[in-house]
Amino acid sequence: MAMSRRKTERLLSLVVCLLSARRYLTASQIRDAVPGYPESFDAFKRMFERDKDELRELGIPLETGTNSSLDEEPGYRIPRQAYGLPEIRLEPDEAAILGLAARVWRRAELAGAAAGALLKLRAAGIDAEETTQPGIEPRLQTGEPAFGPLWQAVRDARPVSFGYRAAGRSAAQQRHLEPWGVVNRHGRWYVAGHDTDRGEVRVFRLSRIDGPVSFSGPAGAVTVPPGTDVRETVRAWDTQPETRRTAVLRLRGGAGFGLRQQATGQRPDPEHPGWDLAEMPFSDLGWFGDHIASFGADVVAIEPADLREAVIGRLKGALA
Amino acid sequence: MSGAPGTGTHPATATDRLQRLLALVPYVVSRKVVGLAETAAAFGVSEPQLVDDLNLLWCVELRSPDPYCPIDLSYEGGEIEVSQAESIDRPLRLGVDEASALLVALRMLAEVPSLEDRSALSRTIAKLEVAAGAAGAASAQVAVQVDDRGAGSMLARLRDAVQRGRRLHLSYYVPGRDEATERDADPMRLLVVDGRTYLEAWCLRAEAVRLFRLDRVLALTVLDQPAAVPPHAQSVDVDQGLFRPSPDDVEVVLELSPLGRWVAEYYPCQAVSELGDGRLRVSLRTPDTRWVRRLALRLGEDGRVIAPPELAGQVRQDAAAALEQYTP
Repeated sequence: MAMSRRKTERLLSLVVCLLSARRYLTASQIRDAVPGYPESFDAFKRMFERDKDELRELGIPLETGTNSSLDEEPGYRIPRQAYGLPEIRLEPDEAAILGLAARVWRRAELAGAAAGALLKLRAAGIDAEETTQPGIEPRLQTGEPAFGPLWQAVRDARPVSFGYRAAGRSAAQQRHLEPWGVVNRHGRWYVAGHDTDRGEVRVFRLSRIDGPVSFSGPAGAVTVPPGTDVRETVRAWDTQPETRRTAVLRLRGGAGFGLRQQATGQRPDPEHPGWDLAEMPFSDLGWFGDHIASFGADVVAIEPADLREAVIGRLKGALA
Repeated sequence: MSGAPGTGTHPATATDRLQRLLALVPYVVSRKVVGLAETAAAFGVSEPQLVDDLNLLWCVELRSPDPYCPIDLSYEGGEIEVSQAESIDRPLRLGVDEASALLVALRMLAEVPSLEDRSALSRTIAKLEVAAGAAGAASAQVAVQVDDRGAGSMLARLRDAVQRGRRLHLSYYVPGRDEATERDADPMRLLVVDGRTYLEAWCLRAEAVRLFRLDRVLALTVLDQPAAVPPHAQSVDVDQGLFRPSPDDVEVVLELSPLGRWVAEYYPCQAVSELGDGRLRVSLRTPDTRWVRRLALRLGEDGRVIAPPELAGQVRQDAAAALEQYTP
């Protein structure tokens, strides 16, 4: 505790000292001004190097430079312009929305970042409380362990590699990706980017990533093509090409409520009292066949023949 | 990313505290005078801890060229005032993670139809983008698409009903049973979780708190009758997951082929284990197994009910009855 307190004091003094400086201060000048550094110059240098790293990790813009071309030793300072949050004023309704937005990530990957941002905005004089608006709770969840590293990769423009189990595959395959963005669509997280093995744009579902995500290149190595809309990339990938066909189904009276909502035409089946015939559009044979099978003895696929076969195949599989 | 400072239970590090101190000075400066208790609450610390922070700030001393104390403040009578703040009177700029967290969240709210006052939302987003500067750019690489199928006008009416405390009549589709159900419900709040919108309400038919997915509400009538949510009705803790099993639930075990693995992604499973060759064993708890029978028919050979055995038997009967429809 005492050590941690001394360190906080030293770092705080260092920040104030470098922010107040009009000129670059050399390491010796800093040691003279900031209390808490050891006497030995080597020990001071080591500690000062660590302190600089810690300040930069907090996002404090610590600059290195010289005051004139005659100076041999570089100096340090924190430009106030680069340090300070620009002036921001919010009306009460805007501040309320900000408080609501800060709750969205609660317990998810960026929760700490959202809380940190809100703290800074409140320090700027904004009265944004992280409290509930009457009647609404918006949330994003990031249960997939891959979210954190992929967000960092996207943020820092770093290529990644990960094991991926594509739908229906029995084993995971190692994939290499230059990630362009992370998208949540219908409640699921995806990463889109350039797959360097295949030389094409690819979209991966985070829940199918198997094992850890590792960085496979340095920060800044990924260039997102200008005009890229990752949201659109994922939407296009997720949307099946529409080749609409029409199915004829026989539904038991009162059953298949969800299906009837989609039907283009319905009439009682004259040959089967108590049953109706319905016409339904569909595009994906596999998915639609499985869906019909899920209704069991209440819905019968009449046409087309391939749909009928698909349903029978599913039901036989369930019987075995 | 430096984890989640301030949200965990780990002891605060020197840099966590430095961040707080750097925010504390501008917090007071921008408010001129502010109470100790109020400030402690805003920063999530105890009053003695806050006083210790203030003392630490006040003690900062620079020794060269001439010794001076850059920060002067007082907290007499429980009111904090900063008379001199030197150069730390502005908060530090937002980092990329911080700016992105808020901007992504705000843009997600903007997607929810009629959830919020659109003009206030777009004003807030614009102001935050300016304040974040370059740190806000990466947020464009994260997008959340909210599913708004048919929810638009219904959402506005529901919000109004929640605020005015009116009872609702819902016609609600339960896909697991392939039924349209009719019920009265007293609305509690609206949840927007991972892009889906839910109504949380006290269901008078079930006499329990229920979540209704808005895209499954077939019809909605706001009744001219006040809602009466019982005092013991407990809201769902969204942060613990929307669907929590109850001790009365039946435990269902399924084995899935590689083509059936999607089940583990779509349903909240209690346990998931790999069986090799991409096969998976999952267990889930549910109060009603009718939807599992339908799921098993949908899966065919790609899924098998292992337990309970009665359920496995029912699935085989269901499949046999369905196949009879196809025998001429």
